[in-house]
Order: sequence, then structure tokens, then C-alpha cells
Amino acid sequence: MPVGVSREVEDLRLVNLTKQFGDSTAVDGISITIPAGSFFALLGASGCGKTTTLRMVAGLEDPSAGQIFIGEKDITQLRAFQRPVNTVFQSYALFPHLDIYENVAFGLRRRGIKDVDLQVKRMLDLVELSALARRKPSQLSGGQQQRVAVARALINQPDVLLLDEPLGALDLKLRRQMQIELKRIQSEVGTTFVHVTHDQEEAMTMADTVAVMNAGRIEQLGHPADVYETPHTIFVANFLGQSNLIAGEKLSSGEVVEVRAHGLGFKIPAKRNVAPGSHVVVGVRPEKMTVLDAHDEHKLPVGHNRIFGVVTDVSYTGVSTQYLVQTPWDQTIIAFEQNSIVGDRSSVGDQVVLGWAPEHTFGLDPAEGVTSGIHEGVSALESDPEA
Amino acid sequence: MAPVMPAIANTPNIAEVSQRKSRVAYWLLIPGLAWLAFFFVVPLVTLFMTSLQTESTTSPGKYVPGFQLSNYTDAISEYWPQFLRSFLYAGLATGFALLIAYPLAYFIAFKAGNWRSLMLVLVVAPSFASFLLRTYAWKTILADDGAVTSTLNSMHLLPDGRILNTGIAVVAGLTYNFLPFMVLPLYAALDKVDYRLIEAGNDLYGSPQQVFRKVTWPLSMPGVVAGTLLTFIPAAGDFINAELLGSTKDKMIGNVIQTNFIEFRDYPTASALSFALMAVILVMVLSYIRRSGTEDLV
Repeated sequence: MPVGVSREVEDLRLVNLTKQFGDSTAVDGISITIPAGSFFALLGASGCGKTTTLRMVAGLEDPSAGQIFIGEKDITQLRAFQRPVNTVFQSYALFPHLDIYENVAFGLRRRGIKDVDLQVKRMLDLVELSALARRKPSQLSGGQQQRVAVARALINQPDVLLLDEPLGALDLKLRRQMQIELKRIQSEVGTTFVHVTHDQEEAMTMADTVAVMNAGRIEQLGHPADVYETPHTIFVANFLGQSNLIAGEKLSSGEVVEVRAHGLGFKIPAKRNVAPGSHVVVGVRPEKMTVLDAHDEHKLPVGHNRIFGVVTDVSYTGVSTQYLVQTPWDQTIIAFEQNSIVGDRSSVGDQVVLGWAPEHTFGLDPAEGVTSGIHEGVSALESDPEA
Repeated sequence: MAPVMPAIANTPNIAEVSQRKSRVAYWLLIPGLAWLAFFFVVPLVTLFMTSLQTESTTSPGKYVPGFQLSNYTDAISEYWPQFLRSFLYAGLATGFALLIAYPLAYFIAFKAGNWRSLMLVLVVAPSFASFLLRTYAWKTILADDGAVTSTLNSMHLLPDGRILNTGIAVVAGLTYNFLPFMVLPLYAALDKVDYRLIEAGNDLYGSPQQVFRKVTWPLSMPGVVAGTLLTFIPAAGDFINAELLGSTKDKMIGNVIQTNFIEFRDYPTASALSFALMAVILVMVLSYIRRSGTEDLV
């Protein structure tokens, strides 16, 4: 049963939104439309401007330029308490002097609603905390506090719910559980959720639209699978998951673009190539590759792209095995292989061939440099939830 | 395993060690307890004994040990106006100090930025001059021919045409002298208030006034309680401000106690008044703390 929204929810629209702190630009002219009722994730490394964007939508930070609309209504000049927007804060920011019931009732009471009991109880049911209504926040576990923070925001039936790294303080297992919980709540209430996170896996599992932010701008926006399968910038290719990137020169255009690099030819479907000029960075995700002994090259389907090299490291990770392969031009290529093959795996020192379908290849503009986003991507992967 | 055994046997057992440790903790208490015993408990008992003494029948003016409870009733029935005035002045001074100190402490805690330390030093700085000296300075500031009085007079704001030697001057002096004791605990409490809670209050439809009433104020309650107590208690027993800034009609209970001790040498009455003052303040403080419910706060 949907708990809240009976009225029409409207799109959230940011127009050329900009925020400067002194000389540095935290958010650099963002223009996006977030459709009503969607689960939208702003993904980026710390300092990329995602939290500042969120705080501007909440009204806790004044934009230096640009506008914020909900539907046709310009809310840029409204103060935080006048906006139909609520936030789940990173640290939850529960009121320590009020019990759970009063924390949840806070927003309703501030708007002068006298009879809050029914709504508060229904909200506490939704987040499964009815039994703890009279506890103080300090008596609750992290996961419970997080659910109170969600309930306290959602009870107001905001047009937009903002979530600022809401799962950052939870341990991994609880985080997975809360991800599912939040998705369930979102589908029940139908409110637009804007979720800020540096955890790419979280963004991809939860959101129907992901926007990857870098240095105050949105690098790419789309369905998580599309963004992952077809990154449009080197930053996205490296930040969202891992990519093997090889710089080359375009030989021919047409339905299929042919690129030559280090004496090898690579094919990319033209619609997957975003490089405007003749310099093209050929990209492929590690799990798209097949690892074969060099003698078995003939087993690769005709027309597949291929790279030869020597295995320098094999790591068995349970579900898959990760190979590091050194190419003749001294680049290390990463390949994942599902542990479903029967027989021997390649081992360190083996001459191997890596093959993959042209449809799994993407072409990028080398302007940024091939390491863009690598450091951030790695730090996001390894980030400690306690940090 | 076997060779390890003798080593274990040689070390004193754990219970013994922890017992010795807790004994050390008690030894550490001794200097403090001794101080309290000599300089608080003994004088308090002496004071109480003195408050019950009777005048000697053989040599008038001398007092002998006794159990004269009428010392209390006589003292209170004679000096109740000064008693009431003490609590009135101390209450007013505490109220004004809170009104002045709260915005100041709020500013230092949330808005002062790099100026924070300097402002805190400035709050405490007047205390480097002696209490007496500062009160004398107020005599000059509030003097009949001074700038403050003449300005207020030109606006016809003073009913008596003067400030010095009125209750206003006494309350002003008390407010000024005890202000740092109000500012510092308030600052400490406000500094602990997480600014994100105020943001959360704004986010949840609280106007700035509502957020102050429902979030900031309750969270600063420990500071309010500490500050009002640290101001009210010494202000209620103070005699210097009333002595220097007030007239004979503005005397507080501190002045009466001082006069009885030093001038009249009526030790039982002075002691009885002191003891009664302490008792009344103690009762007031306890009921105040209970009513403001601070035990509940973080």
C-alpha cells in the first residue's frame, strides 16, 4: 500500500546551477532534469561537487548562479524550510533530545499539524521501528538511526527526497540490506529520490539513472548499465568499474571504425565511438575478454579484437579469476574470467591471447589523458565504510 | 606448557593487583578530602554552632554555646526585606546576564570563525582587574554628572533623576560582574551543538525561530542551567555591589551579614542569616535543576 503521495509529483530541474567558494568552483553550471518518481544517483569522488549540489537543492547552500525548479515553480530563492524537499543527512542529524516518535513528527509539527499520531505510526511501521518509538536516538544502532532519518524526512511527503551518502556510516552487510530497504521504500512512496554517493556499486544497484560527476560537472548521465557498457569519457571508463584503454589512430570510418595501435587492428562499432578526431582510445571492460593460450588463437571467433601478452599475475577471487597480462608495449591489461571453465587456467609466465567482440569495444576521445578517473575510481572501490 | 608455569606462579595474582590499584585511587582522594574537611566542613559546623549561641547572662556582649533557635526566627523577621531584595536583585541580574550572554555566546560559537579565541579572551579579560576595582569603576560610569546619567536624564528616562545609589545601579553592577560566568558555560554548551542539527531543523520546515525554540535552546539547556546557577548563587550573597553602588535602601542580605559580623559583632545573628541563605539557595537550586530536567540531556 503506498503510504504517502497521492498528489502529482513533479520533475526536479537544475538550470546552469553553479556554486563558487572563493576562487574555486565546486559546481560548474549543471543543467539536468530529474524525472518525477525516479531514483537518481549522483556519483563522484569526494570533492567533485555532488554534496554541494544536493545542499543547493535542499536550500542549505545558496547557488552562485543558476536556478532550481520543481515542475514550473522556481524554488531558487526559497529558504530551506519553505521548500518541498527533505534531506536524509550523512550523519543522520537526529535530534538527540527528542525521542524517535518526536523526531519523526518534527516536520509535521513545524507546519502546524496537530494530529500527527496516525501518520507517525504509519511511517514508523514503514521503516519497521514502531517498537522503538519512545527510545532516544542514542539508544539505537546505526541502521536503526538511518531508518529514523529516512522516516523523519519521508513523513513530510516531499516532492524530492535528498539522500547525502546515507549509508556511508554503515558496515558492508548492513549497507546491502539498507540498499534493498531504501529501494522498497522508494517504490512504495513514489517520491523522487536523489541519492549522493561515492560508492559506484551502490549507485548502480539502486538508481534508475546515474550521473557521474567530476570537478563540478556531470560527465555522463544515463541508465547504470548504459553508462557502464558505453562510457563516454575516459573518466567514466576508469571511475565506474575498470577499463583497459589503448591509445591508437583511426584507419577507416563507416559502420565499423578500425583503429590501429601498437601494430594491432581493433574494430569498434561507429555508434560506440565518441572520439571526434583521428586519435582514438580503444576501451574494453576486463570481464568482456576471453583469456586463451596463445596457441589456441584460432579458437577465437573471426573478427574479434585481440591482444597478445604474458601473464604476470593470477588472482583467484572465487566468482572469477583476475589476470594481469603484460603486452609487448609494456602495458598491463586486466582481464576477469568467470570460474566456469573446465580444465587448466592460465598461469604466470604463460603466453596468452586476449580476445573480445567488437560490440564490447568503445572508442573515447584521448583529450583527458588515459589515467583520468583512475585514482578516484580505485579510492572509491577501496573506501572503508568506517572512514 | 610446563616451563611457563613457574613464571605465572611468581607473578602476583590478578585480584591482588587490582585491589592494590583501587587502594591507590583512594589515596589520591586524600588531599581533596582534607581540604574539604578543614576549609568547608569544619567552618560549616562552627558556623552552625555559632548560629545557635546565646548571649551570656553574666557578661553581656559575650556569646556562649547554646541551642537558641530564636536566633533564626528573629533574624529572618527583622531582615526579610533584605532577604527578598537579595533574591530579587540576583534574579534580575541573572535574567539580564542571560539576555546579554546568550546572543554573545551564540555568536562566538557559530559565527565568530577565526575571531572565536579573541572574543573568549575579551569576555574573560575584565576579570584580570580586581572585582572591587571594577565595581568602583562602575561608580564613576554611573555617577550623577557622568555621561550615562546625563544622557538618560536628557531623555527623561530616569524617574529619580539618577542611577548611582539606586537599585538599578546594584543590578547593573551584579549583571556586569557575573557576566563571564554566564557566557562561558553557555558558549561551552552551544559549541557542542552540532550545526547539522540546526540545518536538519530548517530542512524539516522549521523557521529560524522555531528551530531556535525546538532545537538550539533545548540543546543549550545544560549551559543555561550552569550559567544561571553560577550567576545567581554568588549574586544572591554579594555585598560589594550593594555597598558601593546602592543606597541604604538597597542593602542586600550580604550587607546585613557583613554588618552584623564586623560592626555589631552579633555573631549568632550573622551566622543564622548565613546559614538560612545557604539553605534557601540550596532548596531553590535543587528545585530548579529538577524542573529544568537537565539530567535528561546529553
